[in-house]
Amino acid sequence: MSATPFIVLSAILFTIGAVGVLTRRNAIVVFMCVELMLNASNLALVTFSRVNGNLDGQIAAFFVMVVAAAEVVVGLAIIMTIFRTRRSASVDDASLLKY
Amino acid sequence: MNNAPWLTILLLIPILGSVVLTFLPARTSSSLSKQVAIGFSVVTLLLGIALAIGYEPGGGYQYEEDVVWIKLFGAHYALGLDGLGLALVMLTVILTPIVMLASWNDGDHGAWGAKGFFAWILALEGLSIGVFAATDVFLFYVFFEATLIPVYFLVAGYGGPQRVKAAVKFLLYSLLGGLVMLASVVGLYVESAKTKGGPTYLVSELSKIDFGTDVGRWMFLGFFIAFAIKAPMFPVHTWLPDTAENATPGTSVLLVSVLDKIGTFGMIRFCLELFPEASRWATPVVVVLAIFSILYGAMMAIGSSNIPRLIAYSSVSHFGFIVLGIFVMNSQGLSGANLYMFNHGLSTAALFLVSGYLIRRRGSAEIGDFGGVEKVAPVLAGLFLVSGLSALSLPGLSPFVSELLVMVGAFVHSPWAASFAVLGIVLVAIYILWMYQRIMTGPVREGVVGMRDLNSREIFAVAPLLLLILVLGFFPKPLLSVINPSVDHTMSQVGTSDPKPAVTEGEAQK
Amino acid sequence: MSVLAEEGHHVPVVDPGAAGSMALPLVLVIALPAFGAAVLLLGGRLTDRWGHLLGCLTVAASFVCSVILFITILGRDASDRQVGLDLWTWFSTGDWKVQFGLLYDPLSALFLLLITGVGGLIHVYSIGYMEHDERRRRFFGYLNLFVAAMLMLVLASDYVGVFLGWEGVGLASYLLIGFWQYKPTAAAAAKKAFVINRVGDIGLSLGVGLIFATFGTTSFARVSELTSGASGGVMTAIGLLLLLAACGKSAQFPLQTWLLDAMEGPTPVSALIHAATMVTAGVYLIVRSQFIFEYTSDARLAVAVIGTITLLMGAWIGCAKDDIKKVLAGSTMSQIGYMVLAAGLGVAGYAFAIFHLLMHGFFKANMFLGAGSVMHGTNDDVDMRHYGALRKAMPVTFLTFTMGYLAIIGFPGFDGFWSKDKIIEVALTQNVWLGLCALFGAGVTGFYMTRLMLMTFFGKSRWEDGVHPHESPKVMTIPLMVLAALSLLGGLLLLNDWIVDFLSPVTGVAPHEEPPLPAVVLSVIAVLVVAVGVAIAWMVFSRRDVPRTAPTKVSVFTTAGRNELYGDAFNDAIIVGPGKRFNVGLAAFDNGFVDGGAMGTASAFRGLSGRLRLAQNGFVRSYALGLLGGAALVLLALLVVNLG
Repeated sequence: MSATPFIVLSAILFTIGAVGVLTRRNAIVVFMCVELMLNASNLALVTFSRVNGNLDGQIAAFFVMVVAAAEVVVGLAIIMTIFRTRRSASVDDASLLKY
Repeated sequence: MNNAPWLTILLLIPILGSVVLTFLPARTSSSLSKQVAIGFSVVTLLLGIALAIGYEPGGGYQYEEDVVWIKLFGAHYALGLDGLGLALVMLTVILTPIVMLASWNDGDHGAWGAKGFFAWILALEGLSIGVFAATDVFLFYVFFEATLIPVYFLVAGYGGPQRVKAAVKFLLYSLLGGLVMLASVVGLYVESAKTKGGPTYLVSELSKIDFGTDVGRWMFLGFFIAFAIKAPMFPVHTWLPDTAENATPGTSVLLVSVLDKIGTFGMIRFCLELFPEASRWATPVVVVLAIFSILYGAMMAIGSSNIPRLIAYSSVSHFGFIVLGIFVMNSQGLSGANLYMFNHGLSTAALFLVSGYLIRRRGSAEIGDFGGVEKVAPVLAGLFLVSGLSALSLPGLSPFVSELLVMVGAFVHSPWAASFAVLGIVLVAIYILWMYQRIMTGPVREGVVGMRDLNSREIFAVAPLLLLILVLGFFPKPLLSVINPSVDHTMSQVGTSDPKPAVTEGEAQK
Repeated sequence: MSVLAEEGHHVPVVDPGAAGSMALPLVLVIALPAFGAAVLLLGGRLTDRWGHLLGCLTVAASFVCSVILFITILGRDASDRQVGLDLWTWFSTGDWKVQFGLLYDPLSALFLLLITGVGGLIHVYSIGYMEHDERRRRFFGYLNLFVAAMLMLVLASDYVGVFLGWEGVGLASYLLIGFWQYKPTAAAAAKKAFVINRVGDIGLSLGVGLIFATFGTTSFARVSELTSGASGGVMTAIGLLLLLAACGKSAQFPLQTWLLDAMEGPTPVSALIHAATMVTAGVYLIVRSQFIFEYTSDARLAVAVIGTITLLMGAWIGCAKDDIKKVLAGSTMSQIGYMVLAAGLGVAGYAFAIFHLLMHGFFKANMFLGAGSVMHGTNDDVDMRHYGALRKAMPVTFLTFTMGYLAIIGFPGFDGFWSKDKIIEVALTQNVWLGLCALFGAGVTGFYMTRLMLMTFFGKSRWEDGVHPHESPKVMTIPLMVLAALSLLGGLLLLNDWIVDFLSPVTGVAPHEEPPLPAVVLSVIAVLVVAVGVAIAWMVFSRRDVPRTAPTKVSVFTTAGRNELYGDAFNDAIIVGPGKRFNVGLAAFDNGFVDGGAMGTASAFRGLSGRLRLAQNGFVRSYALGLLGGAALVLLALLVVNLG
């Protein structure tokens, strides 16, 4: 079985995620796009693991999942807090950390 | 004397004093902390005098200490004094108590109060002794940079309205020079690591290494630029007038009389002794630059309307003489330059302190705000005149001997150099006496009426300076007897000798 | 033109013998006035009551020492009259060793007597003159300082030692010209004198440098032994540098402008410093350096020409001024011009330069003090147009002044006659043109001094309202009488050519040269020329009344003289003005270019970072874009490297 379709799919998913992060303003959507990118890279890792015939890639994918889960916890909490204080989930409104 | 680490003790006493002052309880009265501070500086002075008495003229480096510090770099904690170092250490320990006494009340309203002022001064004294006593380039570099810290806080915490700006300017200029020097310090490690002895920073070891033409010249430049900024020479002098204008008189004294000497001290100790070939190569340019400094500083002093700025520019001019004396590389020039460092320290200190009294009384440093002071404060005017006369190298006062030696040394090197440098002696008369004329003579100006004459503390602070200036003017032998051997050493290291006079005994017989 | 003097009349300064029993008075001569100065200047108000007495006493004691020394060497052989005393090593580096030493020889001996003698008389006079000045004690302190420095100058055994005295007298002169500091003109004049003297010091500094570079030593005795080996060019250079120094100190052209301004000082100062002693230091320096000048006829010619120019300039200025002190100052310039001219004539002239110097010290001090006495009686007015008919009001001053007057114009029998006559004779013998100028100058001297006499003591009174001229107190008139007597009798020193013989160990022995005309004829001619000058002045100023205000419609010569021959205007136009403009430009350069360069670099960085920080806009998305772009770039770079 060729690995190419999996890699192409992974690239497409990553691109969709990246474009989403760059263009969307809603923090939740941006967050989901980040998740999409992480999963795209997981797909690529697993694919290459399969191609290479060892488990390195799968282990890396597990790490990514764990990190992503932790990130979701922290990230959603931050978004919630910002939404509570500022009544907005737009990432552009939270631009106080600038020059 | 036994083999106690005297120099370490000498430099630790003031630093200890500084620490003690810092940790004195906050409710300690400021006069008590001042007395503690001056006590520490007097103890340092006494130890310094004892070391000077025990010093054997012509005995090379003395009171040596040598402990391996960082083996990997070849850095040592090595201290020792030759004639030049002894002279400058003595200058430091003499000036510090005088400065404290003269600026007794100057620190009261600064950022950290009188306690902080005196603590920083003591720290500066200790570090300066370290600079002049270090016989290891790495240790020297560490002390060299460390002296910037107390000066920065002395200027930024206790100066005039523009003090913070002036302090930053001073710091940036000095750091720039320090960084350029750091490159050369690293270079010394690299080059000395190539020799069979392994890396070393000891001056005594380094001076035996021949670095080759190219490398030697680059490293020379690194050191020279740092020292030229420190000295300061034209065109990297502009930090000095700004700093002097904003610092308290006491700070200016320590800065100009002691710290700036590191520049010219370093030129002799490191530029000439480590890189003799490069020094000879650079001589024509440096001599021209020195003459330029002499005339430029003097012209700028003539045009200054602010007293500390005027004195700062006059120092630029005097440092030009010192550098000229160093780089003409004959015994008259070098002895003159070494002597000049000490004498300039005394005369500039006197001038800064006396004008500090004057400025404090009037509340202004602008020459135009004064007039007729002599009438209301004759003692102040008299001391001011004597200090001014010593700055213009009047024969009978100590700077004369050094200036004459430099001038004659320059003449032996090149009559042209002397002919241009000698114009400085006319210009110095113009700016000193014109300043005196505008401040002290004529009808009494409005703000000057009722000005108090000096009190006994103020007179007692500068009297030892003027006495030293007078005594050394007629009898500079104590200084010259330690300086001459170290000059001979420098000359043999550089590989130059005095030219023979054109007419000798044999020829005259014909 | 005849050669000024043949080469080779060189007389080395013999290595001086040990002082022996003379050491004590030799040291005391300087130490006493120095001690007096120290006590009076450091002692403050405690010494106010007796300070002036101490000042006089130290100088008087110093005079006694000088006399003892003088008598001691008189009793010795001519070859044994040089006495040296090394006190300590001043400094030494490399091969250069400078001793703090004293050299007492016939030349110093005469100077010592002049300085302490005339100086002592002027001290006594000052007790009366400065009586009402609240800072009289300080005045005496400065005077003592001056005497000590001047003695150091003439006793030093080394060029560096001369330098010490040289600047010391300059300092005393500075302090005393500006003694009345509250007058801005006095303070400015003091500064001017010091600065112009410093210009002369350029010559002394470089001269010391060149002497050391050439001979490896700067002591008189050693240099004089070596001079025969040096090349003519070097000797000329040394000679010209020393001449520059002399020009500054002795107010010779082109550094003459300070002397007239120096009259701002109290009159005893003008008498002591700016007439009798300090301004003659330049002549001393040239005569002392005869072992150098003897090897360079070019430098000697330059000396003689400078002297001649100055003697004519001084006389010219003297003719035009109405301020009595400035007339005397112009005359001082002129008389020193005679001395410098004589010193430039070489061996034949040295002794006469010193002879005229001594005589001038007597009669000029006399006249300056006389002028001071006149001012004392007229509420410190100096304008001669406000005098007139003072001979009845102040008879003693008038009589003593007349002695000085007769001496300076060279009336036969008075001391100025002998000394000036000799200079003119030697000048005519060696160089006819210089001699004729000197002769003409003598005539002009007769004119301006007669003018001064007539305007001050004769004619009708033109006193200001409320001025009641009166004779000065005894303490002032007695010094005048002594000096007047010396003006009359000083010529005795030439009896039997005594002074020439006495000085010959220092100055050398001149070969006899026949003057172009017999000496007696020359004297008669000189007297006749002076008589013409006197007669003209008498015609102009005695036969009609002197206007109380200076006439404005006057010839260009008078205008030029009143403006001191535009010396100040020249300096202002050529040096001071451009210097000030240059300074303004330089300040702009320092601020704008040098400091601006450093500060400009700093502000350039500040501007750049101001731009760069705008990229930090706070939008997460733009940071993400940056991340993506960066990652893409890295990727691209990897590809390029791997594919390439």
